[in-house]
Amino acid sequence: MDRPTRLKNVQAEESQFQVRLLAAYSVMIILFVLLITRFVWLQVFQYQHFSTLAQNNRISLVPILPNRGLIVDRNGVVLAQNFASYTLELTPSKIENLNATIAELGKLVDVTARDMKRFRKLLEDSKGFEAVPLKVKLTDEEAARVAANGWRFPGVEVKARLFRDYPYKELTSHVLGYIGRINQQDKDQLEEDDKTTNYRGTTYIGKTGLEAIYEDQLHGKVGFEEVETDSGGRALRSLKRTPPVNGDTLKLALDIRLQEVADKLFGDRRGALVAIDPSTGGVLAFLSKPGFDPSLFIDGIDNQTWAALNGDPRKPLINRALRGVYPPGSTFKPFISMAALETKVIGPNDIRPAPAVFTLPGSSHQFRDADKKGNGMVNLQRAITVSSDTFFFRLAWDMGIDRISPTVGQFGLGSRTGIDLDGEAIGVLPSKAWKAKRFARLGAAYSKWLPGDVVSIGIGQGYNAYTPLQMANATAILASDGVAFKPHLVQEIVDTSSGKVTLLDAKPERVLPFKRENFEYVKQGMASVLQPGGTAAAIGYGLKYTMAGKTGTAQVVQIKQGAKYNASALAEGNRDHSWFIAFAPVENPRIAVAVIVENGGWGVAAAGPIARGLFDYYMTGKIPAAIIDQLKTVPHEAPSSNATPLD
Amino acid sequence: MQPHLIKHIWNLIKEPLDGWLMLFLGLIFLLSLMVLYSASNQSFGKIDNKIVYTMLSLLIMWTISRTRPQLLMHLAPPVYGIGLLLLIAVHFKGVTVNGSTRWLSLGVTRVQPSEILKIALPMMLAWFFQKYETQLRWWHYAVASVLIALPVALILKQPDLGTATLIMAAGFFVLFFAGLSWKIIIGGLVAFSASLPVIWSMMHDYQKKRVLTLFDPMQDPLGAGYHIIQSMIAIGSGGPWGKGWLKGTQTHLDYIPERTTDFIFAVFSEEFGMIGNIILVVLYLLVISRGLMITARAQTLYGRLMAGSITLSFFVYAFVNMGMVSGILPVVGVPLPFVSYGGTATVTLFISMGMLMGIANLRK
Repeated sequence: MDRPTRLKNVQAEESQFQVRLLAAYSVMIILFVLLITRFVWLQVFQYQHFSTLAQNNRISLVPILPNRGLIVDRNGVVLAQNFASYTLELTPSKIENLNATIAELGKLVDVTARDMKRFRKLLEDSKGFEAVPLKVKLTDEEAARVAANGWRFPGVEVKARLFRDYPYKELTSHVLGYIGRINQQDKDQLEEDDKTTNYRGTTYIGKTGLEAIYEDQLHGKVGFEEVETDSGGRALRSLKRTPPVNGDTLKLALDIRLQEVADKLFGDRRGALVAIDPSTGGVLAFLSKPGFDPSLFIDGIDNQTWAALNGDPRKPLINRALRGVYPPGSTFKPFISMAALETKVIGPNDIRPAPAVFTLPGSSHQFRDADKKGNGMVNLQRAITVSSDTFFFRLAWDMGIDRISPTVGQFGLGSRTGIDLDGEAIGVLPSKAWKAKRFARLGAAYSKWLPGDVVSIGIGQGYNAYTPLQMANATAILASDGVAFKPHLVQEIVDTSSGKVTLLDAKPERVLPFKRENFEYVKQGMASVLQPGGTAAAIGYGLKYTMAGKTGTAQVVQIKQGAKYNASALAEGNRDHSWFIAFAPVENPRIAVAVIVENGGWGVAAAGPIARGLFDYYMTGKIPAAIIDQLKTVPHEAPSSNATPLD
Repeated sequence: MQPHLIKHIWNLIKEPLDGWLMLFLGLIFLLSLMVLYSASNQSFGKIDNKIVYTMLSLLIMWTISRTRPQLLMHLAPPVYGIGLLLLIAVHFKGVTVNGSTRWLSLGVTRVQPSEILKIALPMMLAWFFQKYETQLRWWHYAVASVLIALPVALILKQPDLGTATLIMAAGFFVLFFAGLSWKIIIGGLVAFSASLPVIWSMMHDYQKKRVLTLFDPMQDPLGAGYHIIQSMIAIGSGGPWGKGWLKGTQTHLDYIPERTTDFIFAVFSEEFGMIGNIILVVLYLLVISRGLMITARAQTLYGRLMAGSITLSFFVYAFVNMGMVSGILPVVGVPLPFVSYGGTATVTLFISMGMLMGIANLRK
């Protein structure tokens, strides 16, 4: 084989090498162009996208919680407030051995069995990523001890938190309600109402009572701090701060001192009391006995305490004033009297018999009077004063249900009063339509209105059933000659930042189209009740102001709203419920009240003295002697600002 | 008298150096100091270190650039041999960090023998082809392939996919300029593509994960994809003009991983934007162009092959690093040449630059 010449080989090699250099150079340039294309894509076309991502990386929004609004009584006495305290919180997802950690923590702080039970329950409801409080309200010493040992416990934190305090506990439980930890149900609701942003970082929400109804005003508006954070989530510096707007202060019409007087007058008895200012509709006292300590619910109640409260035969959790439905008994008589006068079934001077026994025409059934001898011939006013049952049996019979219901209904009986609390019971204002609907299931024989049905309605029995709130409201409307306000607990909402005050329900809702002289006539009858010869003359003894009232005795019927209400547990109480409605002074009423004492017997025996004691305090500032030693809130002897003694 | 002496010393210093290369590298070095200052949160610790090891590297480079390439060439077989022995030693007695065995402990410090091979392998191959320059047959290429395969296999075992790839590329470039048949190159590429599934099955889980998250980093945004996502956010949010020097939020809020070393390009890109990127790419391209010019003018086969391989390797470093940080290549641990913080890689780079200059000088 002849080989190519050396020279030619070198030339060939040379040109081959140049080709390869060029090829390599071209490939490199192409790849660099590709790289630059990538830069253009990322930095020009995708710039907005990545810029946003970088911004999101950089800035995180940290919520700043607003302080929950205060609740104060009409004189500015604080009923619900906040205080700062330390809590010991555990984040289960960050803790390897929960039990061991808790055992170790137990050496530093006193973890009670109740704390443990409550913790277990909160743990079940949580998802493991959120901090769950093991112990709330640590002492400073405990907080310091845990903080010093913090490095030993990953996932354990001591946090300063604001707590809600209800200084009057049982006394205000059925008015204020309580706040509690936000649960899944609350979260869903917040989601639905589009409020989740405002609740970022919020732990508690109003669950019942005013705390729930005025949640929006009390909560306030969450603030935000824009914080620059590094990749580890550490806050480096604050960029912008939008301060929170603290919750509004609720100023109630309620007078806590009056409320306490009412409470002490009740003593251990069960029942309810609602006092209303007839000239404004403001609720001066609102009591359901017994109450409960609302602070038990704030951080989750343990099962045992809950069972004890819920199973208590005295039913402390039921708001009797709002949801307890009782037959009004004879306290119904002033209202049916108004109906009779307005429908002209009877005139003010008409004299009718008030015998010992009333018998329906064509029937042998005897409706007996409470007074075995009867009261002879009386007019309507006198019938109220002596509370003649037979008189009112006949009056009801003469009127018929169709004339009773619409007129009595004008006083708000049998419909919601519209008070600023949730879950108000409607009660029963009997009518043909009501009965047809109520007993429709049982067939025509039962759902048809019978002539005899109307008779016992005349004395507030039969199907009649109302809440203490409705009775107080009706009494206030009667006292003010038909000027009806919506009863309300909150009188003012005070914006804490601007000081702006919003007044609630300052104007009457409606005016009843009844004659003024009819009101005066019935009210005079009620005033006589407390005078010698009246059924509550004993209550009126020694009055330093004028007072009108009406006793009532309701046959024991279980509270209809609460099916849980166990009648057998109340067997002690085969006695009747004791009612008293009243207002004072007669000429220019400043307070109207309805009191019911469960199983209290005759109205004049149990409920009457409570109303009298309450009025004495409200009208003269004089504290009833029987309770003077038990009061916390009322300065002894010193009359309250709104209780001016009569001259 | 004194100006004369200074001039004399200046001439002595610059005499073996290539002016263009020095200019381009100097500009890159200045940029690298700026970006390192930013990436290290305006502290001088790393800047000082970098200046010190760069000065040392320059001294080494200067020395090498003054040395005749033919002299260095004869060192190729022993250096290559020692490199291989050290790699074997790593296999048996190496130090394991993060699941990879790449280092040999020398008491006070650790050395990474694979770094030696970055230069030793192309030297060895260039020496080999120079030796058989006039009588090249197909089996010479086969032997050369074995010379490549031995260290690559050892490095793959460590495992260190990045370095193995770079070394294989450096060796391949020698073969390419030595006239490896296009048929074999194309055939090899086809064969390589065909063997991808096999390679895939041999890869370690962390390598597979890196490749998978390359194609869809969002698959694992908090795990393997996190670094690349954050670095893409840094680049993208830099926009056309950049956020300005020392103003990169991704950088200063600690979102960029390895921000002084492998991911320093993300820092640069965030603060100097697309314009900065193009300037840097152009500087690299100028270095490469100068390297290819030296290659074209090299007088010996050894010179050509070495200069070609060094230049193309330099391109590969720059391209792979910028490609991985901007999310078009998998994350393999390749530093950005002359910019990333790290002494070893810099020394190696300056040695190769010294060789390039030495080859250029031979022509004079």
